[in-house]
Amino acid sequence: MRLKVNGVEEDMTATTVSELLAARGVDPTAKFLAVAVNGSVVRRSEWSEKSLTADDHVEIVRPFSGG
Amino acid sequence: MDDPFYIAGTSLSSRLFVGTAGYPNQQVLLDCLETSGAEVVTVSIRRISLEGYAESLVDLLGGRHRLLPNTAGCATVRDAVLTAELAREALDTPWVKLELIGDRETLYPDVEQLVRAADELVRGGFTVLPYCNEDPVTCQKLADVGCAAVMPLGSLIGSGMGIANPAAIELICSRSPVPVVLDAGIGTASDATLAMELGCDAVLVNTAIAKSHDPRRMAAAMRAAVEGGRLARLAGRIPKRRFAEPSSPQLGLVGT
Repeated sequence: MRLKVNGVEEDMTATTVSELLAARGVDPTAKFLAVAVNGSVVRRSEWSEKSLTADDHVEIVRPFSGG
Repeated sequence: MDDPFYIAGTSLSSRLFVGTAGYPNQQVLLDCLETSGAEVVTVSIRRISLEGYAESLVDLLGGRHRLLPNTAGCATVRDAVLTAELAREALDTPWVKLELIGDRETLYPDVEQLVRAADELVRGGFTVLPYCNEDPVTCQKLADVGCAAVMPLGSLIGSGMGIANPAAIELICSRSPVPVVLDAGIGTASDATLAMELGCDAVLVNTAIAKSHDPRRMAAAMRAAVEGGRLARLAGRIPKRRFAEPSSPQLGLVGT
């Protein structure tokens, strides 16, 4: 399935947010992560249930240094 | 000096806010935050590296500071609001330093979009601190839509040009119904002092510390500068005069 993850289009087999994180090597228990799908935040508690469908835009973010 | 102030009902111990970007290394950053005495510390929200998870800046800060996520770089209401929502989820805070940039070269705020984004975020339950122009009308509009503070620019972000329009900053401070946090343009300690003397409630400094030749020492200078400026503000400056007025007594002059 074609997904756009952090601005990059790629073929993924993941069907939920949790699976996507695992496939990308992101520890889903890591603190300070946040995820949005198609412009809406998906709460951490919903990651395992939130289904992904083709052409979804996924943002995976965390805090960085900033002014 | 025990002189707290309040944003959205939260008592803040330090009137110096410090940004976390651009330090020579993480140890210098941590030392500067410690030395500055800052309680509020700004961070950005960025896409993770898809190569894997590395230790986060926030892990390093270890809960010692109140993190204020920004929407730096956002150029549309939609991106700024989404970034704020992601920040709230990532950091479990409703506070956001709202930046809505209208021009990539000068990083001037896009005022029209800024007010709209602020309005939307306030309605969504956020505590909004908008980075804005040093314009009393803009600041009033932002307060009117429910912003918890306003953050007018001293001069361009990262420019170190200090407070380009002190009269405007003083006017904003005298009229603002919400706290005024001077943001952007601070180049050295005297700029921070001036901001406080003009009536600002707090000052946000990043580049002036991070890019200083000796960031740790500049962090200490900024702390002293903000405290000095605040004390002077509370004490009240003397009126300016066009001519001299002798400070020594005129009676009993030798030879008269």
